[in-house]
Amino acid sequence: MNIVVCVKQVPDTATERKLRSDDKTLDRDAADGVVNELDEYAVEEALRLKEAHGGEVTVLTMGPGRATETIRKALAMGADKAVHLSDDALHGSDALATSYAMAQTLKKIGFDLVILGSESTDARTGVLAAMLAERLGTPQLTLANKVDVDGTAIAIQRVTDYGFDKVEATLPAVVSVVEKINDPRYPSFKGIMAAKKKKVETLGIADAEIAAELVGLAGAWSEVAEFAAAPPRAAGTIVKDEGDGGTKTADFLASKKFI
Amino acid sequence: MNTPDAHDFLAVDHDLTDEERAIRDTVRDYATAELLPHVADWFDAGTIPDPRGVAKGLGALGVFGMHLSGYGCAGTNAVSYGLACRELEAVDSGLRSFVSVQGSLAMTAIHRYGSEEQRQEWLPRMASGDALGCFGLTEPDSGSDPGSMRTRARRDGSDWILNGTKMWITNGSVADVAVVWAATDDGIRGFIVPRDTPGFSANVIHKKLSLRASITSELVLQDARLPGDALLPGAEGLRGPLSCLSEARYGIVWGAAGAARSCFTSALDYAESRTQFGRPIAGFQLTQRKLADMLIDVNHATMTALRIGRLKDEGRAHHSHISFGKLANVRAAQRVAAVARGVHGANGITLEYPVMRHMLNLESVATYEGTEEVHALTLGQVLTGTPAFR
Repeated sequence: MNIVVCVKQVPDTATERKLRSDDKTLDRDAADGVVNELDEYAVEEALRLKEAHGGEVTVLTMGPGRATETIRKALAMGADKAVHLSDDALHGSDALATSYAMAQTLKKIGFDLVILGSESTDARTGVLAAMLAERLGTPQLTLANKVDVDGTAIAIQRVTDYGFDKVEATLPAVVSVVEKINDPRYPSFKGIMAAKKKKVETLGIADAEIAAELVGLAGAWSEVAEFAAAPPRAAGTIVKDEGDGGTKTADFLASKKFI
Repeated sequence: MNTPDAHDFLAVDHDLTDEERAIRDTVRDYATAELLPHVADWFDAGTIPDPRGVAKGLGALGVFGMHLSGYGCAGTNAVSYGLACRELEAVDSGLRSFVSVQGSLAMTAIHRYGSEEQRQEWLPRMASGDALGCFGLTEPDSGSDPGSMRTRARRDGSDWILNGTKMWITNGSVADVAVVWAATDDGIRGFIVPRDTPGFSANVIHKKLSLRASITSELVLQDARLPGDALLPGAEGLRGPLSCLSEARYGIVWGAAGAARSCFTSALDYAESRTQFGRPIAGFQLTQRKLADMLIDVNHATMTALRIGRLKDEGRAHHSHISFGKLANVRAAQRVAAVARGVHGANGITLEYPVMRHMLNLESVATYEGTEEVHALTLGQVLTGTPAFR
């Protein structure tokens, strides 16, 4: 089974994240880059499927040059090879443009199964899996906390508010996973040392037959018009319970339209 | 110009390779998630309740004997091994000791001085954490002067009979195998002693006030009979065990920098959040002086460790370089721990904060694997050409 895991480098959630004032895109220099946490679950699931069914795991990432750090981590965990889609023309791509660029690349490199985390910790759109499936013309099996493959049949448990749905489809397919699905392994030292010998293919937009006008800031359908820092948290109000605490709590909740 | 990072002020880690950084991050992530949440309880209990589980986890990463080659060992460079020691000791010196005794002492002895059969039998299982090893050199009456050891090995036909007692042996009572050094008619030799050897026993040492998250034992050999092939063929004289100790001490050079960093970080966080007289104590001049002094000690220690690591990887680390690093870094870490404990006020004496735990651990780290005095005399001998201790 040819499994492609899409991983994204995101700013470390433990550091202060900023947008650039010039073009209102992410300021990648302001914070350390780390692997999007949910994507580590995707890598782990891909490795487990490979260990159970055989095949090959390819890591695919789209991002600037330093995103190779993210690729190395996935390779150290045990992925076999990587494809790095990197081109200045991609800078500022929104979710639609990203899904187009990723879909073109996936068509080029081929796949039986595409796995990705259900959302990134930076943009948090959570739509990439659905968009990819639509563009690739495959079933989408999203928000999985369990994945079973049997031949070309694939079944997942989709996490919902009321429990879970059982979703079945036939490969090729796109799966997104939630953090409940597994416990990602730590890369072993042998894995870390082997990673530098694994093949990383870097593709530009021409290599993946991506039309320049459909990607980047200019090709984006959505635009960041304005942004401002979150206001500092206001000091809380202390309400003294004088036998009417319940009423005061209810009044407060009503004033905030919670009840 | 960006403000320097308080946690790596001189950007020492900037000089690491991508691979070294990946190994550092893996050990740091693992230690923070899997070990740090438990270590205060283990210290409180005076033991590691599940040493096999800890060994399996560290073995899966590849920590044991990581800078040895072949036999299931990862084969990293010395700097990577040092970084692993630093990140483990930032959690607790007991955990770094756990790794030191397995990798630098027991495995190095077998790797360097063992026969091919001995290496094949023990190293892969020890690298994976499936087998635990310990290292018996020190005795109740023989510490800095190991040549005065009383443990004897005598021939009986093709067998060896060992008698004696070894003291302060990390992991002694849980080890599957002990590398024991004993005096023979032909000088000091090393022996591989499996735990089920008749006449061999290990007793846990209780009531320690330091390295409590570590299992320390006494080994007793009472007419312990070993086959002829239990002898380590490659080691003759004290040079054998002392070369293993030099490996372990190298890990301490880095580990002490980790313990110091942990104390400094805790003190900085505490000083910023603790309010007295209407403002954080970090804003007071006396506290800032303490923070500056700790910052200098932590960064000196880290630079020293990396420099010695680079020398080691270039094959240029003299044993006196290791003595320099052990003496300098443990002393620096002790200073940092004491100051950090003061910054924490009363909270500093509890296990809620790491500072007093580190402070107590460092008392052992300062004396084991060569006391400060012995390392000072080693440096003195190199400087003057005159050995002052014999």
